[in-house]
Amino acid sequence: MDLSVINPILLIAALMSAATPILLAATGELVVERAGVLNLGVEGMMILGAICGFAIAVETGSPLTGFLAAAVGGAMLSLLFALLTQVALANQVASGLALTLFGLGLSALLGQGYVGIKPPRMPDINFGFLSDIPVVGPILFSHDPVLYFGLLLVAAVWVTLKFTRVGLILRAVGENHDAAHALGYKVVRIRTLAIMFGGACAGMGGAYISLIRVPQWTEGMTAGVGWIALALVVFASWKPWRVLLGAYLFGGITQLQLNLQGAGVAIPVEYLAMSPYIITIVVLVILSADKSAAPGSLGRTFHASH
Amino acid sequence: MTPLLSLAGLTKAYPGVVANDDVSLSIAPGEVHALLGENGAGKSTLVKMIYGLAKPDQGEMQMHGRPFAPSEPRAARAAGVGMVFQHFSLFDALTVAENIALGMENAPKLRDLAQRIREVSDTYGLPLSPDRIVGDLSAGERQRVEIIRCLLQEPKLLIMDEPTSVLTPQEVDILFETLRKLSAEGTAILYISHKLEEIRTLCDAATILRLGKVVGDCIPRETTARDMAEMMVGKVLGTPTRTAVVQEDIVLAVNGLSRPSPSAFGMPLRDISITLRKGEVLGIGGVAGNGQDELLAALSGEMLSPPGMINFKDNDIGALGPNARRARGVLAAPEERLGHAAAPDMSLTENAMLTGAAREGLEKHGFLDWSAARSFAERIIEAFDVRTPSPGNAARSLSGGNLQKFVIGREVLQRPEVLVVNQPTWGVDASAAASIRQALLDLATEGAAVIVISQDLDELMEIADRFAALNEGRLSAPQPTSGLSVEQIGLMMGGAHGMEVAHV
Repeated sequence: MDLSVINPILLIAALMSAATPILLAATGELVVERAGVLNLGVEGMMILGAICGFAIAVETGSPLTGFLAAAVGGAMLSLLFALLTQVALANQVASGLALTLFGLGLSALLGQGYVGIKPPRMPDINFGFLSDIPVVGPILFSHDPVLYFGLLLVAAVWVTLKFTRVGLILRAVGENHDAAHALGYKVVRIRTLAIMFGGACAGMGGAYISLIRVPQWTEGMTAGVGWIALALVVFASWKPWRVLLGAYLFGGITQLQLNLQGAGVAIPVEYLAMSPYIITIVVLVILSADKSAAPGSLGRTFHASH
Repeated sequence: MTPLLSLAGLTKAYPGVVANDDVSLSIAPGEVHALLGENGAGKSTLVKMIYGLAKPDQGEMQMHGRPFAPSEPRAARAAGVGMVFQHFSLFDALTVAENIALGMENAPKLRDLAQRIREVSDTYGLPLSPDRIVGDLSAGERQRVEIIRCLLQEPKLLIMDEPTSVLTPQEVDILFETLRKLSAEGTAILYISHKLEEIRTLCDAATILRLGKVVGDCIPRETTARDMAEMMVGKVLGTPTRTAVVQEDIVLAVNGLSRPSPSAFGMPLRDISITLRKGEVLGIGGVAGNGQDELLAALSGEMLSPPGMINFKDNDIGALGPNARRARGVLAAPEERLGHAAAPDMSLTENAMLTGAAREGLEKHGFLDWSAARSFAERIIEAFDVRTPSPGNAARSLSGGNLQKFVIGREVLQRPEVLVVNQPTWGVDASAAASIRQALLDLATEGAAVIVISQDLDELMEIADRFAALNEGRLSAPQPTSGLSVEQIGLMMGGAHGMEVAHV
């Protein structure tokens, strides 16, 4: 066992990249849940985003176009969920589970011709001399644009929810849809838009896996990340910065345990592999011990009755 | 003078029911106009049309002599209509200022809004801090949030849907001061209520609805409450008669009961003591949310208590659950009809089985005797005049009043020795309410002890032998109801909760 193999700077740089898919998906789902909708289809939207992004990036040669396609793909799939739950008033839990199964199947079908192909690589942003600064440079200034986009997204969601009227209305709809309706807000329209935003974010999260983290396409390659994102939203008490913390914690421990495995630590691999899940959840459970509760209308079907 | 608002021939039908049929009325600026009627008379539908939440099928509305047809609440608010809802349209997890901003068209920045909230609340004597979370406020304070939300838009017409049902008498006085001040400034008020004495003190004119039609107009100050009630109901009302004699034997003794509330926004019970005798009706008043649900849960057995706190005929029943208490004769009917007292999607027979199994012998060796349950349900329907096609109908399909009669009747027919009811006539029309009250009194005459928890003070004065009030989870010392004044009751209920009379 040789712990000196682990380079803390590279570890931190890598954890940011490892956390980004979860961060994107969880931020999107946070907005959806703050609007009062529980979409369990994150995994399905991610995997569909992964194949849409991969295929379009390969066909066009542009990873950025790939990411846009992933967002569109995720949003289209989420629109199906919106149709089921907001228009047909179907049960949200069942619809979300169905969405995941459907997304997994559809992506496998779409991805048949793309197994074993290498996608175009997304270049890192060139920060010039900034990336040469010791320690800070490799950690902060050596990443691809989507990673920074993820961080900006968290900040933007936080600002929007906390300081803008749009955010206030979104929270109001999630808190008490009957009251929001009585005040004349369009509950179904607002929720549909939130669901599509969540779908687009999940799609991009999926594409981050297939285009940047593991640059290739494999069936079912999201491997449960969507479920982690869902759990993260709950344990982060529906707060954007805690989602960021949780995602980085999860990404960090995932990287660390991989490094520890590489360094030959005498802990069975199974324990190391389960450690990110356990530690992330324990930390967030402790954090969420304060009085913050779920949005009041979360998961409840809204019907504008007379 | 042109009326501020006039309605002509408004008709609105929902599938299976005509909610409003050719309704006309007009309101002058500064007038306080009462809209009276039983549940289901069409009051809510009418104001929904004025507020843009529903569209009339026929007829027209005019505001200041010009056609007025709001397509949504936003349009109604822009035209100067404000509405304070019966079931508050508030968001628990948001602050007062955020809640108010949501109800405004062009909400200013939250900081400026907080300043304006303070100004308006000072002007009208409705103290309110803009930064507090609404979920932590009392019912009276929540109503202030709604009223201030309306006042900030300087409405010409303020619609108030049953505003006093959650207030103490002192709070009602303060609300009326505010409303009179608004009316003096030229704001018209459309006041919906079925509390007739309130309408007689506050309102200039009244329109009475029955089954969707206007059945009369009157000047409330010159009409007796009884005449108005009979116009609402369409028949002559009887007054419940009490013949019960309170006996010496104590059946239920509660000593220093203190329990935390099982729900997050609930109220803990603090040192509650009750002595209940055979044949007695104890009325427990108080503003909603002061421990009523918790007290019922503690007495029914939904919430267990440590030893020594609850004694039934000298036996400690604190550790027994609802079924064990039922078997001994302590029965309860909770407030929420659908979901607590009755399972909405189950039939009346099944609902009769749910609480009657033990005492009515509907269950043998773990097997259910459905024919006995059905005849028990039929007995309830027969004895309490529950209007339903058959006991096989789902509880959900009954109207509120009918289901309430069924729920109360189900407990009364099980010959309880102690019966605890919470809000027995809430949302029930006057004639059904009278029969429920009579049934409770008859039960006391037969020697049972009854605890009636209610927010309807008139009801408690009518049927209770002694009155006590819940405030912040504490129960005041019970007083004999005869000779108890409204002021005394108000003080028992906790006074004005820091409200002050308008002073500008």
